[in-house]
Amino acid sequence: MRRLWERLRQGYRTIDFPEGHTDLPPRFRGRPVLDPSRCHAGCRLCADACPTAAIKTEPLRLDLGACLFCPACSETCGEGAITSTNDFRLAARTRRDLVLSGSEMRLASALDRKLLKIFGRSLKLRQVSAGGCNACEADLNVTGTVVFDIGRFGIQFVASPRHADGIVATGPVTTNMALALRETYAAVAEPKLVIASGACAISGGPFAGSPLCAGGIPADIPVDLYLPGCPPHPVSILDGLLRLLGRIE
Amino acid sequence: MNSDASTASTMTPPLRTARNGEALSLADVPLMTMDNFRRAVLNACSAEVRLAALTVLPGLEAGRILLAVLADDRRRLLGLLCAAVPLDNRYPALTPDLVQAQGFEREILEEHGILPEGHPWPKPLRRHSDLEGGSHAPRGPDPYPFFRVEGPGIHEVAVGPVHAGIIEPGHFRFQCHGETVLHPEIQLGYQHRGAEALLLRSQPARRLAIAETIAGDTSVGHALAYSMALEALAGAAPPRQAEVLRGIALELERLANHVGDLGALCNDVGYLPGASWFGRLRGEFLNLSLEICGSRFGRGLVIPGGVRFDLPSAVRDSFLVRLNAADVDLLHIADVVFQTPAVVSRFEGTGVVTAALAETLGLVGVAARASGCDRDVRRDHPVGIFRQTSIEPAAASSGGVMARAQIRRREAEFSIAFVREQVAALPDGARSVALAGARPHALAVVLVEGWRGEIVHVAATDDMGRLVTYKVVDPSFHNWLGLAMAMRGGQISDFPLCNKSFNLSYAGHDL
Repeated sequence: MRRLWERLRQGYRTIDFPEGHTDLPPRFRGRPVLDPSRCHAGCRLCADACPTAAIKTEPLRLDLGACLFCPACSETCGEGAITSTNDFRLAARTRRDLVLSGSEMRLASALDRKLLKIFGRSLKLRQVSAGGCNACEADLNVTGTVVFDIGRFGIQFVASPRHADGIVATGPVTTNMALALRETYAAVAEPKLVIASGACAISGGPFAGSPLCAGGIPADIPVDLYLPGCPPHPVSILDGLLRLLGRIE
Repeated sequence: MNSDASTASTMTPPLRTARNGEALSLADVPLMTMDNFRRAVLNACSAEVRLAALTVLPGLEAGRILLAVLADDRRRLLGLLCAAVPLDNRYPALTPDLVQAQGFEREILEEHGILPEGHPWPKPLRRHSDLEGGSHAPRGPDPYPFFRVEGPGIHEVAVGPVHAGIIEPGHFRFQCHGETVLHPEIQLGYQHRGAEALLLRSQPARRLAIAETIAGDTSVGHALAYSMALEALAGAAPPRQAEVLRGIALELERLANHVGDLGALCNDVGYLPGASWFGRLRGEFLNLSLEICGSRFGRGLVIPGGVRFDLPSAVRDSFLVRLNAADVDLLHIADVVFQTPAVVSRFEGTGVVTAALAETLGLVGVAARASGCDRDVRRDHPVGIFRQTSIEPAAASSGGVMARAQIRRREAEFSIAFVREQVAALPDGARSVALAGARPHALAVVLVEGWRGEIVHVAATDDMGRLVTYKVVDPSFHNWLGLAMAMRGGQISDFPLCNKSFNLSYAGHDL
């Protein structure tokens, strides 16, 4: 009886996504907005403050694939050339689309019609952590909680690559996990998808340049969807996956 | 607490005592002969003193030195012992007489090429010579000689490195007789990113990012230890507001992880209402961190010198309302879960680690307290806000899954009360101080009670004040062997439950 009462007390907790209004707190650091017109010639303050060399100057560019979404650049720039918004929509289909130069970003487009027919209503994914620190893993995991309930969109994380339509890789791909990542990818039947979640998987993140990491998913594993972040917020993950499946345009 | 060597009769002299977060001049740490070093470490560790770290530093002159950091929790002291590494790069291993040293000595062999002679099991700790293409030559015919049980009816079950859930990789070998697990060996290192070496050769902004990602679920704990180490080397103290916010962030991290683990434990015994409720509640604590600093994992908050963000008085009321609602939820959910017979019967008696074994292995944190080892850095070696807070560490003694679950529940309750109190009395003023350069030839040792247990960072500088050593000990480093021992005599089906009750970090161990 107490259990039943507690169940009623807990109520309905699932967010209304994507239809509803998803409001993240003002301090949430989502998509940065660049205004190169505010840059001074020769100024490299933001680029020098960036932990992952994600920023290039003249002209100002910011690579979301390497960005850790820390406040270092925006707090260093006194001119407001880089500011953070709380826009959680960050996913892209190509590496080039992750490089920002202004206030716009080309978000992920849907799969082609043939693939949508196969994956559109049921997408099973196998997660592989290849040096991930457990933050990306944790926020992928919570997409399965009652709050985000990824299952209602037909998406599910499964236990075997043989049951999967694709992999979601996290981490900078350590030397010791490169083989396991490749074998897991190889074990998924064609056609298959690869999703890179987090700065490490996309570019190596803070571990870019380590001789014991590949600097992200190696080139022989083609990536279909990039989810930037350190780690990506669960809502950003949902948004990216639903864009890939053509549920959000 | 006293940092004067002459009064440190509680630990065998000549050893330099220090307080947590204090920087010493390397010249002040007496250099002992290897024989005396070994004897001093063993003597101290036979009397309620633990080995918190054992690592190698460059010496003041030529050669390298072996540094032992001893934690005397009862007398609230840290002891530092140094010995010159012999020219032939060999020394008599501590491990045969001090099991706590086993991982440290394997690391010393692997990373520094110094052989602890007589180590019973000098196999690789993190490196996989077969995967690394021979850059780390195997020491023996088999690159990784697994512990094996042989005999009629014995079979072996291999699991990993890729596991069934969304978790980090590691490889387990279960030696089984029928349904009974005789021993599971846990082979790690798949996550080895070279974090310590990379940190040393990175610029400061990158170093902080590396510290935050040593173990992603302990971003605050490791960022705090890193920041404290830099502050110690620079002789700076963070402002009062920063100390309070650091404490709040550390406890929010503890809350999110403990509550999440309680949910995961429910999931592993098939009690899905508990899994759903706790899983949702975990997010409430992450979202409180998000409110403060824009990151669910507390990233970007702690910086060397202080903190980046405050908690404006305008949002404190709503923050406390959310915290109180989470408190009520925790109370109700935990009451239901811990009174559900299906949960209780599965938790009780599973995965027991006795107090004596926990002491021998040098377990820390939740796992140690669940086995009756009364240790908590927040009380025993307090820094920052914990100096002004009275901490009564959660205690249990049965040493199994139930004890580890109950410790989490009690610590979560304490943390909520702590955060509530600190938010209500949050001081104003500066958020951070600028750090001067680090002192030359200095050594800083920092301990932080992360949510899993004791985090140790050891930093040393050269004659120019540049970092030359950065050693990180995640609590998982001590506790993985505890998980393996907890499984002895259990069944493979106990493993997910035992594993979750420890919930150790692969990345934190593998760095």
